[in-house]
Amino acid sequence: MTLPSTETIDCDILIIGGGMSGCGAAFESKYWSGDLKVVLVEKAAIERSGATGEGLSAINCYMGQRYGWNTPEDFVHYVVNDMMGLAREDLVYDVGRHVDNSVHLLEEWGLPIWKKDNGDYERVGRWQIPIHGESIKPIAAEPARKAIGAENIFERVSITHLLTDADDPQKIAGAVGFAVRENKFYVFRAKAVIITCGGASNVFRPRSVGEGLGRTWYSVFATGAAYGLMIPIGTEMTQMEHRFVPTRFKDGYGPVGMWFQYFHAQVLNSKGEDYTVTRADELKKYEPYGSAVPTPTPLRNHQMFMDIKDGLGPMYMRTDVAMQKIADGDPAKMDKVRDEAWEDFLDMTIAQALTWASQNIAPEDTPSEVVLAEPYIMGSHSGEAGAWVSGPEDIATGEYFWGYNRMTTIQGLFAAGDGVGAAPHKFSSGSFTEGRIAAKSAVNYVADNPNAPTVSDANVRGIQETIWAPLETFDKHKGASSAEEINPNYMTPKQGLVRLQKIMDEYGGGASTWYTTNEPTLERGIELMGMFREDLAHLGARNRHELMRCWELIHRTWVGEAHLRHLLYRKETRWPGYYYRSDYPDLDDANWRVFVNSKFDAASNTWSLLTRPYKNIITSI
Amino acid sequence: MPTYVDPNACNACQGEHQGPLCVYICPNDLMVLDQDINKGFNQEPEMCSECYACVKLCPTEAIHVRGYADFIPMGAEVQPHRTEDGLRWDVRFRDGRTFEFTYPSRTKPVGSVVLYEGFTEHRQTDLDNQSLAGDSLWLGVDRLPTPN
Repeated sequence: MTLPSTETIDCDILIIGGGMSGCGAAFESKYWSGDLKVVLVEKAAIERSGATGEGLSAINCYMGQRYGWNTPEDFVHYVVNDMMGLAREDLVYDVGRHVDNSVHLLEEWGLPIWKKDNGDYERVGRWQIPIHGESIKPIAAEPARKAIGAENIFERVSITHLLTDADDPQKIAGAVGFAVRENKFYVFRAKAVIITCGGASNVFRPRSVGEGLGRTWYSVFATGAAYGLMIPIGTEMTQMEHRFVPTRFKDGYGPVGMWFQYFHAQVLNSKGEDYTVTRADELKKYEPYGSAVPTPTPLRNHQMFMDIKDGLGPMYMRTDVAMQKIADGDPAKMDKVRDEAWEDFLDMTIAQALTWASQNIAPEDTPSEVVLAEPYIMGSHSGEAGAWVSGPEDIATGEYFWGYNRMTTIQGLFAAGDGVGAAPHKFSSGSFTEGRIAAKSAVNYVADNPNAPTVSDANVRGIQETIWAPLETFDKHKGASSAEEINPNYMTPKQGLVRLQKIMDEYGGGASTWYTTNEPTLERGIELMGMFREDLAHLGARNRHELMRCWELIHRTWVGEAHLRHLLYRKETRWPGYYYRSDYPDLDDANWRVFVNSKFDAASNTWSLLTRPYKNIITSI
Repeated sequence: MPTYVDPNACNACQGEHQGPLCVYICPNDLMVLDQDINKGFNQEPEMCSECYACVKLCPTEAIHVRGYADFIPMGAEVQPHRTEDGLRWDVRFRDGRTFEFTYPSRTKPVGSVVLYEGFTEHRQTDLDNQSLAGDSLWLGVDRLPTPN
C-alpha cells in the first residue's frame, strides 16, 4: 500500500475537537501551563465548528450566583430530577459552581446578552438567559486561538484513532488522523489528551431522509467521535443507553424553550386539549420524578407522545394565542415580540425561519406544528452518554475519584462536553466550562507525569493502512462494475450510513417503531450490527472527503452498537418519552438506579457491561 | 440544495488570503471550488444543515439557500446581509410577504480579546486547588462554592 507522508507533532497536551469544550480547554490550559506545548486539532475551522457554530439564542446553563438566583446545589437537584434520578452529582455540581465565570467572560469577549432596565441579565427560564448569539462560536474561538497560538491549531484534520502507550495500553500516547485537504497523515504524540469532540446525530434514521438528512436537530457533523475514539481503546463508558429525543418545531427543528418559558405558549392537540392536563395522572407512575417541578423532559415527551400515539395530532404550538396575549392589541408590543420570535430561529436554527417563510407562517396569526424528533446520543444538552470520569477531588470519593478531575479510566486521557457521561445539562457554557476544568486537570497530570509517551512506529503504520484502506478498496475494485455506486466489492459511506440508520431505527427503538424495543429485537439488532461491523472493512472512498465520511460512519457505528448493548442491559424503562422497553415497561428504582457502564476489549472483540452505584452527594433524591 | 451559489456573483474570493471563504468556513467540508469554471458549489447537499456559515461570510453575497426539497415548499427566501455589528435578515414568504429583522452579533470588534487581563489566580500555588482562571474577577461571588 502506498501511503502519503506523515507529519509528527510532539506536544504536552493534545485537545481533539474545537467546539465549545475544546475552545474552553485551549483557553484554560495556557493560563496554567506556562511553557507546555498545547495543540488543538479540529476537522473544520474553529470559528464555526461544533454544535454552536450556527449560533445560539440563549445560554441554557447559568446559575446567576451573583444575583442570588441559584446555587450549584439547586442545579444538581434540577438535573437529577430531569434525568429521572441518574446523574453524577459531583460532576454536575462542579460545572454549576464554575459556569458563571465562563458566561461573564463570554460577555467580556463581546457576546451580547439581553439586559433588564437595571442592567441585570434578562432571564427566559430558571437557568436560561437570552443572547444575541449568532456569533457565540467565533467569540469563544478567539481567546482559544490567541491562548495556544494559531500555529498550534490544526484545522481540516480528521482524527480517526487514539494511540495508547506501547509500554502500557492503559495509558494514552496521542492520536492519528489525516488531512482532509492535503495528501498527508498526522501523528500527534502527547502526554495528555483531552477529548472534546461531539456526540452523535444520524445514528438513528432521521425523519427527513432526502436532502433533509442534514437537518437533524443536533449538528449533522456531530458524528460521535468522542465515543468512536474512546471505546475502541477500552475506555470505560457510562450511560450509553441514554438518548435525547427533542420536542421541536416540525421539520426545521427550531427551538421551543423560549416559546414555553418566555412566551408561555401551549401545545394543544387537534381536539384543543393540553396533554399536561389530560395526561397529568400518568406522572404518578414515575414517582418521585413525576411530581418534580418542572416535570422532567422525558415525561413531558411521554405525555405528548401518548396523544400522538392515540391519533390526536397534529400537535400545535399556539404561537398565535401567546403572541396576541403578550401584545394585547399594542402594535409596538407586537413588533417587539415578533422580533424576539424570529431572532430565536435566526440566531441558531435558520432552517426553521425558512420553514415558516415557505409555509406562510406568521407566528402571530398561525400556530406551528411540533413533533418528537429522532433520537440523539450525546453527553451535553439533555443527554448523558459518555466516558466514566473521575470527579473533583473535594467532592468525589470512592468509585468516583481516581486522581485527576475529568480523567477517564485510561491514564492521561481526559474528556469534556459530549465526551463526559452522566454529566448532562451543560449546554454551550457548561461545555466550555468543563473543557476548562479538564484542561487545568490535564496540566496537573502532565506536571506529575512529565515523560514523553512511547509510541510504536509499527502500530502507527498499521493504523495508517487501516485509515487509508477505503481509498485502496475503491481503486482496486472500481473496474468490476460500470457504475461506481453499485459494486459487489465495496459499499460507499452513504450506503453504510443508511444501513446503520435502518438497524438502529427498526431494532433500537427509533421514531418509526414508536421508540419501542425489547430483548429479542435488540438481540436481532446486535446480530445484524455484527455483520455490518464486518462489512465496514469493505468501505470504498473515491476521495479524501469520502474517506472522512467513512471514518465518521465507523465512529457512528461504535456509538450505535454501544447504544444497543446498553439498552439490552438496562432492564427497565427509565426514560419514557425517550425510549420504551416493552418487556420491562416500568421504572425500577429498586434495581436500576445505577449507572450502566461498558468496556470494549479489542483483543477478544468483546464487550463487558457492569453497573456502578449511585451516590447521593448533594441531594437526597 | 440547500446552499447554492449564484455563478454570476461568485468571484472565487479573489484577493482573500484564506482562499474561497465558503470553502474555508464550511463546518462539514461541503463547499468546494469547481476548478473548471472557478465557482464554488455544495458537493453534498444532503449533508448541509443550512447553518448559513458560508452565506454569512461570502463577500459578494453569492451564496443562497433553497430550502430542503423534502419539506420546504418553493418560493421563500431567508437571506442575511452583514451590518457593522451584526446581521440584517431579509425574509420573503412564499406568498410574497416580506419582513426585515436586524440583530447585533457582538459588542466588541473581532480581534479585541485581551487574554487573562487582571486575573489573580497564582499559576503555581492555585494549580492544585479547584479554582479556574479568572474566578476572583469573573465568578461573581467571593468564594468558589463547595458542597455543604
